[in-house]
Amino acid sequence: MIELKNLGKTFHTKEQEIVALRNIDLTINDGEIFGIIGLSGAGKSTLVRCINLLEKPTSGDVLIDGQSLTQMPRRELLKTRRNIGMIFQGFNLLEQRSVLKNVCYPLEIAKVPKAQAEARARELLQVVGLADRESAYPAQLSGGQKQRVAIARALATNPKYLLCDEATSALDPNTTRSILELLREINRTMGVTIVVITHEMKVIDTICDRVAIIDHSQIAEVGRVSDVFSSPGSDIAKELIMPMAASAPGVSGDRIRIVFDGTSSKKPLIANMIMTCQVAVNILFADLKDVNGACYGHMIIQLPEDERAEQKVLSWLSANGLKYTKEA
Amino acid sequence: MFSDLFYQLLEENMFLTAAWETIYLTVISTVISYGFGVPLGLILCVTDRDGIYPIPWLNKILSVLVNIFRSIPFIILMVAMFPVARLVVGTSVGNKALIFSLVVGAAPYVARMVESSIKEVDRGIIEASQAMGTSNMGIILKVLIPEAKPSLIVGAVISTVTILSYTAMAGTVGAGGLGRIAIAYGHQRFSPDITWVCMILTVIIVQVIQELGMFIAHKTDKRIRNK
Repeated sequence: MIELKNLGKTFHTKEQEIVALRNIDLTINDGEIFGIIGLSGAGKSTLVRCINLLEKPTSGDVLIDGQSLTQMPRRELLKTRRNIGMIFQGFNLLEQRSVLKNVCYPLEIAKVPKAQAEARARELLQVVGLADRESAYPAQLSGGQKQRVAIARALATNPKYLLCDEATSALDPNTTRSILELLREINRTMGVTIVVITHEMKVIDTICDRVAIIDHSQIAEVGRVSDVFSSPGSDIAKELIMPMAASAPGVSGDRIRIVFDGTSSKKPLIANMIMTCQVAVNILFADLKDVNGACYGHMIIQLPEDERAEQKVLSWLSANGLKYTKEA
Repeated sequence: MFSDLFYQLLEENMFLTAAWETIYLTVISTVISYGFGVPLGLILCVTDRDGIYPIPWLNKILSVLVNIFRSIPFIILMVAMFPVARLVVGTSVGNKALIFSLVVGAAPYVARMVESSIKEVDRGIIEASQAMGTSNMGIILKVLIPEAKPSLIVGAVISTVTILSYTAMAGTVGAGGLGRIAIAYGHQRFSPDITWVCMILTVIIVQVIQELGMFIAHKTDKRIRNK
């Protein structure tokens, strides 16, 4: 279990103080995939670096399995870090080492005998699907392959935790999907607890069990992904989940947001509504997804200007158990 | 075409002896300069504000010292070092004293070369190795030096050529080698042909060092996709 207790980080420059993190309280449970999402500059990269103390928090504490990292002697801290793997946006492979030697690196540091280290490295390269590239050098690999090597390297010491700092942000959508699938598989088969830092809701949505939304150096919201997704409480959550709420140009009439929280059945609701109410609505935005057979998401529709027609639609929505809110 | 003095020197095998002496002085001085320059360059890098173990005051002091030695023209530094050489190596004449002076002049230069090579190592790679629980010594030995290796080799080539030019200058104040032949015979005994031959030999030596060094640097660099 990773516990962040009232964590704070302030950077001091000559001219000013920059608060990167303020009063962060988070608990990440064993076995889960935990997402941390925020816009650029929100403090998420600093936050993940505080978990393994690459950044020293200026206040508060980090507990890994109940042990305080900030109180630990340096030697102990280095040992504990071997239990926390980390992968990065820029992959950060050793450019002068072959793929196999990169995966061996953390084992060398842990003083594992060479033959044993190489056997373990080959095993992991098998897991990430790069067994045939062990003698290649990083410069000869694609971005997705580099990240796979980085994952194998991060797992070499058999860590309990894996931190991913924007690990898919430099990859194209297909590669992103395959890397996310790999992470999920590692979580399931090896039981590694994964912390994912990202600015893309899609990443959270694809693999995370729970999510924390960070905004202006603070945690704005924490919860199960499906809950946060269906009913975002904070403004920043709404902004991240529903990025577009503007009306189509040149169209008037009230706009409402319909929320699908997984309770509605799979009936074609909007089509039914249009046919029953005999009104034409304009779908301005929709982001719906199927999570374990239930429908989650949001849709923004524009109602006709005629007030009676509008009332008809709204009462139909209520009668069918759909939640909606008026958009400003 | 050539002067009598030239044929005399040729007969006495002076050119080859001098070329050999130049190579010998250069290699010895370069090796010793690296002995001091590498640790110094590493300390400059590691103790920097953005380094892996910042000690700003030490960094400042070393940096100023290096700058002082680097700003004195070598020929002046060398002459100034003679009395110091007597204290340290027991003599102020001959090759021993000159190697001492060469090292004093070249080590700070080498330190800066090493520092700039090491600083090219991507911060992200250092961060990743820290995240894997590497100690600072481990980072120096397993990350900084191996990752900077091709750049360090290129730096060594440049340093060697610079030190070679220093040894030629040292010829004016008593060191052996091509510099001395050029001054003592070519310049002082009015035989420009001798000076020219020394120059050509120097150019050849530099070319060989340069080509060989770059070949090794290129061969060792794993960042190059196609070889």
